[in-house]
Amino acid sequence: MLFTVTIGLVIACLLVPFGKFFRNNKSVLLALVPALLFIYFLQRVPEIGSGRVFFESTPWVPALGVSLGFRLDGLSLLFALLITGIGTLIFVYASSYLKGDNYLDRFFGYLLLFMSAMLGLVLSNNVILLFIFWELTSISSFFLIGFNNRDEESRRSALMALSITGLGGLFLLAGLIWAGSLAGSYSIGDILNQAEAIRESTYYPYILVLFLAGAFTKSAQFPFHFWLPGAMKAPTPVSAYLHSATMVKAGIFILARFTPVLGGTALWQWTLMGVGGFTMLYASLLSLGKRDLKGVLAYSTISALGVLTFLLGMGTDHAVIAACVFLLAHALYKAPLFLVTGIIDHETGTRDLTRLSGLGKVLWPAALAGGLAALSAAGVPLTFGFIGKDLIYEATLHYKSAWAWYLTGIAIVTNVGLVAAGFLAGLKPFVGKQREEYRHVHLPPALLWVPPLLLAVLGLVFGLFPEQAGALLAEPAVKSIFQQHIPVQLKIWHGFNLVLVLSLGTLMAGLVIYLINTPRFRKSEFITVLERIRPGVVFGRLFIRAKQVATAYTNFFHDGYLRSYIIKIILFAEALLIYETYRGGAFSIDFSKLSPVRFHDVAIVFILVGALYKALKTSSRLTAVVCMSIVGYAICLLFVIYSAPDLAMTQFTIDTLTVVLFVLVLYRLPPFLKVKNVKVMVRDATISVLFGILMAIICLRVLMEPTRYNISDFYAKYAYTLGKGRNVVNVILVDFRGFDTMFEIVVLSVAAIGVYSLLKLRLKASEKE
Amino acid sequence: MRSTILQTASQYLLPILLLFSFFLLIRGHYSPGGGFVGGLVASIAFVLHSFANGVENTMRIIRYKPMSLIPIGLGLSTASMLLPVFFGKPVMTSLWIPAQMPVFGSVGTTLFFDMGVYLLVVGVVLTILFTISLFSE
Repeated sequence: MLFTVTIGLVIACLLVPFGKFFRNNKSVLLALVPALLFIYFLQRVPEIGSGRVFFESTPWVPALGVSLGFRLDGLSLLFALLITGIGTLIFVYASSYLKGDNYLDRFFGYLLLFMSAMLGLVLSNNVILLFIFWELTSISSFFLIGFNNRDEESRRSALMALSITGLGGLFLLAGLIWAGSLAGSYSIGDILNQAEAIRESTYYPYILVLFLAGAFTKSAQFPFHFWLPGAMKAPTPVSAYLHSATMVKAGIFILARFTPVLGGTALWQWTLMGVGGFTMLYASLLSLGKRDLKGVLAYSTISALGVLTFLLGMGTDHAVIAACVFLLAHALYKAPLFLVTGIIDHETGTRDLTRLSGLGKVLWPAALAGGLAALSAAGVPLTFGFIGKDLIYEATLHYKSAWAWYLTGIAIVTNVGLVAAGFLAGLKPFVGKQREEYRHVHLPPALLWVPPLLLAVLGLVFGLFPEQAGALLAEPAVKSIFQQHIPVQLKIWHGFNLVLVLSLGTLMAGLVIYLINTPRFRKSEFITVLERIRPGVVFGRLFIRAKQVATAYTNFFHDGYLRSYIIKIILFAEALLIYETYRGGAFSIDFSKLSPVRFHDVAIVFILVGALYKALKTSSRLTAVVCMSIVGYAICLLFVIYSAPDLAMTQFTIDTLTVVLFVLVLYRLPPFLKVKNVKVMVRDATISVLFGILMAIICLRVLMEPTRYNISDFYAKYAYTLGKGRNVVNVILVDFRGFDTMFEIVVLSVAAIGVYSLLKLRLKASEKE
Repeated sequence: MRSTILQTASQYLLPILLLFSFFLLIRGHYSPGGGFVGGLVASIAFVLHSFANGVENTMRIIRYKPMSLIPIGLGLSTASMLLPVFFGKPVMTSLWIPAQMPVFGSVGTTLFFDMGVYLLVVGVVLTILFTISLFSE
């Protein structure tokens, strides 16, 4: 299974050098990647349906208990099929939707990255791995949402989505690690086996809260929901992919995956039902007040996510079955609705519901897809949405609590809103009088309308054959949530009972609201009141506040003068050193232990002091530079005398290069600053003399410490036997501490690139003038 | 400032210094030296040449942008770091060719790692110095 995750990542990387081949019509070829993966996962359906679970594990960082462990069970298969299946159609759609975009290859790179991250997330069997993929989805979705990076609004909402989901991710990480350490393993399988221990632990509430923080932010639950409508700035294929089947469902996935561990307690039930219930009600009502097609879809998506959270919170057999079926049904109708919206936007240039009508004549395939999807969203009998809606009512009605009727009531109101929203998005633009300005609108290429039509038809097919869909897809998923077999029997016809009455009543009520909710009637008092509860505003203020603090901080520390930076750095170091020396307590220096002072030591020190004196006195920068390099060379000589040839050599070459560097920039520097101000002189002298004294004290103390030879002995002993070298310094650099060297050379490269780009930019700017 | 003596001398000093830097690189494992110092010496050789003949002429000798040495060096180091993985060993395990080579002594991944450091240091130093000196002109 490792390859299913890596293939997308590899191809995304290959797009960097070879991307230009895919900037044209060939980009549709990239859809082969998700298509092949979809076929791979489809082949697994019968086996998983018969109750098998596939495992695969490759050690990665065994010392930290992190492995590339994957598991394919019913739940991950359901998600993997959605990710790759809908992914394939999105790829096809996007290749046509974004045709002619200069950065098409980049777009597909992000999309592949995102898809692979999502697959990794649902397949991983190790919590650390899961977290890595979780973060990768946040990061890649940041690039996708902000794809139109010339638009400020788009950049802002991308950043908003990243900071909310990224913040949630950190909470989740803490929760995952906590759960992992209680279970004694980071493997999800082991954590599931230790469920009892975790649930009964005193830390359970904390772990739960951390998990929920992660899941709620990702799945846009109130009060973190506001990033989702903002994310509608993304190109429509992205919205369709992220919000129908993948990104936002990741939170639901986490909840479902860890239901056996965390679920079933009163805390779990009431939090999830409370948050989910409120979110679904709130968002479903708000969706009716939107004029933007994508706004309607965004809020109805939040509402659907609320429904899923709510159902998982109930945690009964009926509820979890309903969650799995609704998850599938929602993906199958929400994706086409988004895609159809994209077509409308693409062809008419507007998504304003008050201006769209009668497009059915010109965009008939899109109208067909939108209509079918709307029917499924509304839960009209014979569609898969109908089955999903039925199951929700069944779940709330069978809930063994006095609350059953209230819950059913909430569900009914939510569903009425969802019905109306579905009609609003899928039907409204196509019916009614054809407007004059849309008469010339022509049918888009088949690549645009086939994907939504296919999905919408699939929703119908699943609705006609619910037994098979239930047995093959929902049942294994339910099994992996409960860790035991629960039969899922979906039927088109349950007989004439209360659920059917409720279902039809919902449909009628939704239809009525859709019909009276004309643009004039829009923005009724009721909805405007709801609009006021906007956590988005609070977060926005927090954002601004954080920015102000950062500005103040930056202005204080970064005044742009090198000397002031150096003073700050040295002062900080001095504070630390003084504290350390003070804490170390009294110590005595035994001068007899030091090697005797010889003639050439004195000579070198004389040269050093002389050069220093000259450097302080001179009025020429060149002389100062030369004097400083003399100081450097004098130190080199000391290194040579005290047998540190490697150090001496390096210091020598570095000193030489520093002088060269100085000479090069000499004429660029401002005139030599001759400080006359006594205050400044005293300040600088104090700081530097203090620093020198502190350094000297430390050196002497190090010499006085009873040396522990362990470390140097270790290196001396093993340098030859393990590192096969006699030069211990070098063996340490390239072998024992090779990682440090690796990072250092990376830092060096970054510095060089930094200098290069800074100066090149300035060169270009001055050439312009 | 063009000095004929320096120009002539740098013609001969460049190959000698480069040879010396290479010598420092390969002896590093047994005696003082190593990729870092070697790289610095090599860059000094080029810098000396550029002082005598001008940066453009030195760039012409190197032919490629010094910046291109950075990814090559970094790549070489990374490759030698990752190579053991393909032999089923942890990252950065040093692998050695059993036979002794003339001049080099034992040859192993660490030598290539050091070569990567060498190339990178040359690339970094020359990129910084040449960019600045072109900027200053």
